[in-house]
Amino acid sequence: MWLFDRDLWVEIFHTLGKNMFRTFLTMLGVIFAMIILVLLLGSANGMSNGFDKVFAGTASNSLFVWGQSTSEPYKGFERGRRIRYKIEDAEILKKQIPEIEVLAPRIELGNHRGVVSVYRKGQTSGSAVYGDYPEIDNITKKKLVEGRFLNNTDIEESKKVCVIGEETYKLLFEKGEKAIGQDIRINGVFFSVVGIFKPNNNINIDGENAVFIPFTTFQKAFNSGDRMGWMAIAVEPNTKVAFVEKQIKDILKKKYDIHPDDERAIGSFDMSEIFNNISAFTGVLKGFSFFVGIFTLLAGVIAISNILLITVKERTKEIGVRRALGATPKVVKRQIVVEAIVLTAFAGLIGFAIAVGFLAIANSLWGSGDDFPFVKPMVSIPQFTISFMLMVTLSVLIGLIPANRAIRVRPIEALREE
Amino acid sequence: MIEIKDLHKSYKMGSNSLHVLKGINFSVEEGELVAIMGSSGSGKSTLLNILGMLDGADSGEYNLDNVPIKDLNETKAAQYRNKFLGFVFQSFNLINYKSAVENVALPLYYQKVNRKVRQEKALKYLEQVGLREWATHLPSELSGGQKQRVAIARAMAAEPKVLLADEPTGALDSKTSYEVMDLIQKINDAGNTILVVTHEEDIAHMCKRIVHLKDGVIVEDKKIEQVRAEQYV
Repeated sequence: MWLFDRDLWVEIFHTLGKNMFRTFLTMLGVIFAMIILVLLLGSANGMSNGFDKVFAGTASNSLFVWGQSTSEPYKGFERGRRIRYKIEDAEILKKQIPEIEVLAPRIELGNHRGVVSVYRKGQTSGSAVYGDYPEIDNITKKKLVEGRFLNNTDIEESKKVCVIGEETYKLLFEKGEKAIGQDIRINGVFFSVVGIFKPNNNINIDGENAVFIPFTTFQKAFNSGDRMGWMAIAVEPNTKVAFVEKQIKDILKKKYDIHPDDERAIGSFDMSEIFNNISAFTGVLKGFSFFVGIFTLLAGVIAISNILLITVKERTKEIGVRRALGATPKVVKRQIVVEAIVLTAFAGLIGFAIAVGFLAIANSLWGSGDDFPFVKPMVSIPQFTISFMLMVTLSVLIGLIPANRAIRVRPIEALREE
Repeated sequence: MIEIKDLHKSYKMGSNSLHVLKGINFSVEEGELVAIMGSSGSGKSTLLNILGMLDGADSGEYNLDNVPIKDLNETKAAQYRNKFLGFVFQSFNLINYKSAVENVALPLYYQKVNRKVRQEKALKYLEQVGLREWATHLPSELSGGQKQRVAIARAMAAEPKVLLADEPTGALDSKTSYEVMDLIQKINDAGNTILVVTHEEDIAHMCKRIVHLKDGVIVEDKKIEQVRAEQYV
């Protein structure tokens, strides 16, 4: 196998080493190209990872449904009728739509997005108060700083417990004060704090200033009866959210006598749309980086080919001597092509190493993703392999230009005495 | 060893055609030392190029060691050159970034001779031209005469049937020229067939036969009494 022919390599390193400076300048193009490619890809990956981190804890295949007011008169009802769901709707929907994985009903104290006064020892916080099922945690994960989230026992026994947001804690407690086990008062009812959560820093549906109590406790404490404010729904991974959304709306419209064309009566928000938009965005970003990078690489490889062309011109005589001594065109060609490959591959690796270094620095500076979505900027192994293979293939194809020039040199012309 | 019949060669110069070789008939036996003489433009270099398979003839026959040399592609020509011929050039044409021994070993590399054997053989031939202790030196560290001796060692390394020397002394002073001719004579004494292209009378007379070329034809072909170069060294 010629690849392991020591002499071939000796020849190649001889020729390349003879002109260190020129060899280095030649490689510079590919080194920079590789740096650009890896930095672009790495940053795109970092951004993609950053967005993933933002959405970590939020089920991507989910939607939220709430009631609004009708905008069409229907079956004798006037427009502007407020739609209020009943807790039984949750069971109906779950039963009729098997694609629903999790359905967490919620009820809110006061108006939607309204605030309720929460008291503790003379301190007040205007917080949102929600009656929730523990399942909500599967759809929008709460980062607990202390204690625990609501559980099934809380629901079954209608315990007067609550989980409060960090903001609420700051408003109601002194700095450093222990909150777990302490009571807070909502509309004259006392609740014992069992957990404190930190907002899920980027996607924030509930707000930071919020108090969660068990749904069943809410019903009893605030006399909400069988009312239900809204539903958070997680859909099976392989089902389109829009498909389930339509079914839910159809069922609810029928049940509450809403005009089939009334778009305003039922409010809903499809979480997967955001995810799709963002993954489309990062996908385009990655594709673009790859595109730009590969063309830069092409330019770098062409520069190598150019220098090799000059080298061939300079070495006309040497090549002629070699041919006279019995070098076949194949051998000459192979040497030039392998030179191109060696130069490109070596330069590519140097560029790769430098770029990875840069990415590592960027990662240690901003990689935590706290300030903006940028986490673990690095190229993946397949990305690297593909770019590297592509680069080597390009170098072979482009190395053939000087190689063919070299074998077109007729030994007689090369040896002609000046 | 070499047999040439009615060899013609012309070059196209624009619309004109320059007829350089106008029917050469010529043969060389094994062990001969032949000088090809002629003024510039006589066609002697063209003849040597054709003999060296660096150029093809338009018509005529050329047999080398009973192998017809005709319509060779580049690969075949390279292989034949490697197998049959050793070249010595006026300007030495050593590869300047390779040491003496590496230069000598180069034809063996193209014969795919194993590295170790190659090294041994190259050293043996360097020894023969008296440059063993210069083996690791680069051409730039050698004198003109030494360079030409390395070139001769390189030409001999592949053990060719015929050694073709194109003005081997053209770039050397007369003393060094005689040293080189002495070496060529000794190689010939060992039974090797050698063709020397030269325009210097004294060099030609150190061969055993002189072929005179003029305007593309052989005007004279005579055996001579060889002048030994040794006495001038």
